[in-house]
Order: sequence, then C-alpha cells, then structure tokens
Amino acid sequence: MATDILMPALSPTMEEGKLSKWLKNEGDAVKSGDVLAEIETDKATMEVEAIDEGILAKILIAEGTEGVKVNTPIAVIAAEGEDVSAAAAGGGAPKADAPAQAAPAPDMQAEGQAERPAPSAKTADDAPKAPAAPATITNKAPAPVMAEFPEGTEMVTTTVREALRDAMAEEMRRDDAVFVMGEEVAEYQGAYKITQGLLQEFGARRVVDTPITEHGFAGIGVGAAFTGLRPIVEFMTFNFAMQAIDHIINSAAKTLYMSGGQLGCPIVFRGPNGAAARVGAQHSHDYSAWYSNVPGLKVIAPYTASDAKGLLKAAIRDPNPIIFLENEILYGQSFPVPKLDDFVLPIGKARVHRTGKDVTIVSFSIGMTYALKAAQALAEEGIEAEVIDLRTLRPMDTETVVESVKKTGRCVTVEEGFPQSGIGAEISARLMVDAFDYLDAPVLRVTGKDVPMPYAANLEKLALPNVAEVIEAVKAVCYR
Amino acid sequence: MVAAKDAGRAASDTRPPESSEPAKTGQSGGAASPAEIHAPAANSPQFTREEDLHAYHEMLLIRRFEEKAGQLYGMGLIGGFCHLYIGQEAVVIGMQMASVDGDQVITGYRDHGHMLACGMDPKGVMAELTGRRGGYSRGKGGSMHMFSREKQFFGGHGIVGAQVSLGTGLAFADAYKKNGNVSLTYMGDGAANQGQVYESFNMAQLWKLPVVYVIENNRYAMGTSVARASAQTDFSRRGISFGIPGEQVDGMDVRTVREAATRAIEHARSGEGPYILEMQTYRYRGHSMSDPAKYRTKDEVSKMREEHDPIEMVRKRLIEMHGVPEADLKTTDAKVRETVNESAEFATHDPEPDPSELWTDILLEARA
Repeated sequence: MATDILMPALSPTMEEGKLSKWLKNEGDAVKSGDVLAEIETDKATMEVEAIDEGILAKILIAEGTEGVKVNTPIAVIAAEGEDVSAAAAGGGAPKADAPAQAAPAPDMQAEGQAERPAPSAKTADDAPKAPAAPATITNKAPAPVMAEFPEGTEMVTTTVREALRDAMAEEMRRDDAVFVMGEEVAEYQGAYKITQGLLQEFGARRVVDTPITEHGFAGIGVGAAFTGLRPIVEFMTFNFAMQAIDHIINSAAKTLYMSGGQLGCPIVFRGPNGAAARVGAQHSHDYSAWYSNVPGLKVIAPYTASDAKGLLKAAIRDPNPIIFLENEILYGQSFPVPKLDDFVLPIGKARVHRTGKDVTIVSFSIGMTYALKAAQALAEEGIEAEVIDLRTLRPMDTETVVESVKKTGRCVTVEEGFPQSGIGAEISARLMVDAFDYLDAPVLRVTGKDVPMPYAANLEKLALPNVAEVIEAVKAVCYR
Repeated sequence: MVAAKDAGRAASDTRPPESSEPAKTGQSGGAASPAEIHAPAANSPQFTREEDLHAYHEMLLIRRFEEKAGQLYGMGLIGGFCHLYIGQEAVVIGMQMASVDGDQVITGYRDHGHMLACGMDPKGVMAELTGRRGGYSRGKGGSMHMFSREKQFFGGHGIVGAQVSLGTGLAFADAYKKNGNVSLTYMGDGAANQGQVYESFNMAQLWKLPVVYVIENNRYAMGTSVARASAQTDFSRRGISFGIPGEQVDGMDVRTVREAATRAIEHARSGEGPYILEMQTYRYRGHSMSDPAKYRTKDEVSKMREEHDPIEMVRKRLIEMHGVPEADLKTTDAKVRETVNESAEFATHDPEPDPSELWTDILLEARA
C-alpha cells in the first residue's frame, strides 16, 4: 500500500516551512531511517526520514518550495512489490495511514494547522484560532489611531520575532551597557530565534549563554543591573521564571524602594508567556496578572510587531525592572513596522486599535486576535466595537479605557489568563470607580478557563478563550 | 591591571583549585567543640602596631554599635527584626583590610557590621534601624535593607541566599567592565545550603568571575546547628565539584582573616575566578532579638567570649606586644562610645519620614 510522506512540523507552533532539498530521487529504493529531504523554517532545519521501506514513487512538492503547510503530502512511497506507477498515481491519497516521517506525532502536526480540530465547535467562529500562517495572517496596516510616527513613514512588513531582535540589536549598538543573557541565546541563536544573529554581531561578552539555572542567572542579572549595566534576561518561557521569581520580585522590584531611591535596577526580563500549543499546564501559564500585581515593576505585553519593537527599545532604556511578556504564537506573525532609525514607543500607553461606538473591547497580546476577529464579525451584525490594546499592563492606561467606555457605555475584556484576580478583573474594578455612571451594563470578562491547561487538543481548545465567547459577551453587554 | 592596586600586599601563592583541603581541622561530623575549631593558630600572621590599632577601633565600633542597637530595640525604638553581629567582627574587618576601594560588598540580613566596615556613617545606619528620614534608605528599608552606592555596599538582603546570586552579578559586571574590582559576597552557614548558591558557584567558576564567597559559619542557622543542617559541614569544600578553591579560616582572629582574604582576593582579581573562605566564627547574641537561646548552652557562649573574643585578642596584643598604654585604648573606647551615642541620639530624634515618602522611590523617571 502506498504511503504518503507528510510535511512534518518542527515545533508545536510550526504551520509551514520550506522544502529545501530532496536527497532521494523518484525511483530510489528507501529504507527506514533514510533521510529523504531537508526542510527548514525561520527557526530551524530538519531532516525528513523514511519510516518504511519501499520505492520513492513520486515527489509531490519540488525542492525549493516555500510555504509548504504542515501535513501536506510531499511524496509517496510505494510498498515493496507494489506497482510504483500506480502508487505514484495515487499520491495524495488518504493520509490516515501512518505519516511516514520522523516528525512529531500527528496530533502535534495538527496543532500547526491554521485551525485546530474543532470537535465541539458550534460555529466557525467558535474554533479558537491558532494563528494562521504568516502569509495569510499578515495583518493589514490598521490605520494607527494614535499617530506614533510621522505620516508617510515607510512601513516594512516584519514578524514579531524580527522586530524583537531588531529592537535588541539597535539598543546594543547604541549602548555598550546592554547585554543579553539566558539559555540558548547565543550559539543556538535563541530557543525561539529571537536572538538570531546577535552573537555574530556582538560577540560572547554581550550575548551570554547561561546554564539551565534560572534562579541563579536572574540573580546575576539583577546584581549586574545594580551596578548600572542593562541586562536583557531571556527566559526560554516565563513558566521557567517561576524558578527566578524571588529575584524578580524581591530583588529587582523592591530594591529601589528599600534603598530610599539609591539603587535602581535597569533590567528587562523577557520571553514568551502564556499558552503556545499542546505543551500542557507547566508550559502554558499566562503570568500577566501576577507581574502586574507588583509595584516596582513595569509590565509590557505587546501584540503587534511595531509595538514589540518600539516598546522593547523603550524597556531597554528604562531605568526600572521591566517584565516583557511575549507570545510564542505571535512570534511568526507579520505586521507593518515603521522604517525609522529610532522607533521608541511610550511605556504605559494603550492604543485604540479599532474605533467603534457601541462597545469597548479591551485586550492585549494574543488576546487581541480574538478581540479583532470578534469585532470584525460583530461589525457585520451592525455592532461597532472599539478595540483597545493595553500594550502595557503596569502602569495601566486606565484613562484610554475610561474615555472609550464613556463613549460606548459597555466593556468586555479579553485575556488568555485565568479569571480570578486577572487583568479583566482589574479593569472591571477600575471602571466601576472611574466610569460607573457611564456603564450601561456590567463589565464582562472573557478569559482562559479556571483550570490548569490540559494537553488534549479538544480540551486545550476549550480551556482557551475563543472568538465566539467574545461575540457572546459583547452581545450580552449590548443586550442583543 | 588590578593587581597593581594591591601590589606588595597580596600573597601570591594562590592555591590551585584542587587543593581545597581545609586549612585547619577538617571535621566532617561537625561535632567539634568551638574551642577545638578556634584553637589559636600556632603561626598566626602578625600585624603591625597600626594595623592592630585600626582593627581594634573598627571592631570595637561594630561591637558598641550593635550593643546600642540591642538597647534601642529593647526600648522599642527599633522594630521588626534586628540581627546583631556581635562576636563576628573580625570577619568583616579582616576582609575589608584586604580589599581596596571599588571592591563591592554584599551580604544577607546580619548586615550592620558590614556597613560600618564599609565606612558608612553610623548615624545613617542607626537612623535606618529606627526608621527615620535620615536613615540610609530614608526609613524605608530597615535593618535588613540598607545600601550605599558611594561605599559600594550593595545590601542588606532579607532573603537568605539571594545575595549570593546578586553578588555574583556584581562580579559579572566587574568582569564585563574590566574594572579590576572584586565582589566580596557574604553568606551564613544557613544560606550556604540554598540552591542558588551552587548555581552561582557554577557560573562564577565557568566565567571566572572576580568574586570571593565568604561563608560566615557562626555554627547556627537560627537555632539549627551546622551538624543538624549540613551533610558537608566543611564549607570550604562546598565548591569542590566546581573546582573552586576554598579554605577554612579562624574567623575570630582578624590577622588570619586578613591573610586568607588577601590570598582569596588576589586570586579573584587576577582572573582566576571565585574563591571560598569559610570563616569559623561565633555569634554571641541570639539569631535575632527574639531568640529563645535553647539550642546551645550558656557555657558554650561564655567559653567563646572568654577565650576567643576577637576584640580582646587585639586589645591584649596591643598592650603586651605593641606596648600601647591602656590609657590610649581607653581613649579609643571613649571615642567609639561617643560616636555610637551620637548615632543613637540622632536616630532617636531624627523625624520619621514625611508621609509623602510612601509614594516615592517606587520607579525611577525614564530619561527623555
């Protein structure tokens, strides 16, 4: 029986990649373990191995092809004794048969698809959208409501990943006191390739690979910052920062106060925060609310590449400890970024991402993807939502939210974190004080569910917020 | 290079990383009595008259300051926790006598002695203890949280062991800036069991950071004796798996402290990486002011005070070896008392912080 070779995923969040090279030709005999092809993404390269014996009957995707979706059949292997031409003709046949590559298990590959399997989806909108591939999701330049760069500035389509790297590189060129440290930031080029190329440009003195020792290197970073250096400490994910949270809270955030203003701590702790895809409870926690609870910290959680760049540059220059919460799923997404020599954004300013008069949706980071899709769907039903991207969680720009709510009278918050004591809870409390007389409905929160993140694909989808929930909440506050 | 700053003073025989055999009695059971551990060294290094006078004055200042702090605590003028350094004075003074301007100091919460040794103003320290606006942290830090950038004193940290990673970070910065400074990172025998200590040891040796780890083994982590808390009670050996040299030092004799410190600091400053000094010392007072004193005998304490007091040792030398008239020492005593009294006077009359201070020093203004 002919077997399809499928495009494998290199990581849980990979959606597509380049088929860079075929190492076997049609007609070649292959056996289990033979390397058939090389594939690559912006993050890594990998060899595709045969897991069965047979003849490479047909190559379906030519080498050099970019943007090959995960799980696309790329070749057909004919079983021993099988008619090769018949097998080739049947290429692309049912792929339920063993995916024949050394790739992650099929369920992982499914994660890379634009839409996760939605066994319990009630509507199309209900499917929690893991972001589609960059090519299709490239966000159209939303006319920035708040002009943060001169009109007519050339915009360059950039991924969040590139924007973060550019921000670090620019600041490292500008100030020798800035350095990056963390696990795999140098020779490996970053676990998520955020520090790609930095070692080559700045050398090992300023791009420092650490052992796997979060508590220790966070403390070393803070100590170095006490002397005036400006460390950027990368956590491979913020889940691992739990090992280091004592230094973040007790050493970095409190020392300025405890020293009567003598000892500042200009440090940036950055890395992916929150859920990626199918990595379970210990790798999926959203710590936004935790850090936003602590005086002495500033907490930034950008959505667009432009904000990621402008705010990371601001964070590196800031004299205070900054928690910079990125999102793995956003890394590969593209946005227009202004082409400016020195694009720095103010910390602590929300951005009205979309204007509307009927309801205010407040979100940040990946929550914006749900908010914006919901707003689009709602517009088709005649509800004009104003979508605010908080961008900074501490200090929180309540003013922009209040101004919007004064206009709309209604508010829905969207975040992937847990409901209790979350960002939405904070916004709700502030609105009750600052906009009580303007509210026409209670503030509703759309959040991650109050459970540890499950692994199973269907359960994970249920645990995360989704577009349908946002739409439902908006309709509820609009009494529709 | 750095070494030049300290030329002529440093003994150059840095011990190879492997030779971390304890310099003195290597006891693994930890049951040795304090007297055994602090048996007078047969060949103690000698101090000049001036050095002994200096050490005497510095240690006495700490002793009298701490006694006064204890009194003020009893009077309710100092709140919260108050951990006194009485008995351990020779450690920080010996270390400081081997360091140079620019070297950083960082320690845990038993920190008053380190601040005075760094040259911080006793008034500012005492006023911080009483929570007054003239305190080093303007009354917002307290006993465990004081800093002086000017004196390169980086705290004063209340989380046991945290200062070890932070102090390693100071050394990281020294190496990064190539400024030739050394970080003197203190911890107690209790802190030495924290995980981050070993994370720091690993990176310090991996990157050859200029740091001297000073483990002040006063034999009790709060009320838990070393033998009850540590599988390896020879703290000088705690760096062996990282190849960090270490030695046990009689921490009651300021001369042996200074000698070992000179060796360790030279090692770190010359780019050889970290060095561990286990200072065998003793605290006379309780862990904090609310210590039940049930975990050791009164005899043990009084024996240490009578036979190994670091200040009495110097006093005796000054009179017997250096021929300093007792009257001169009494003058020194009086001066020190006056300094301490002034600090207490200041600390009891200085106003509390202005209420507006509640909201300051949380964040720094970003530069435009």
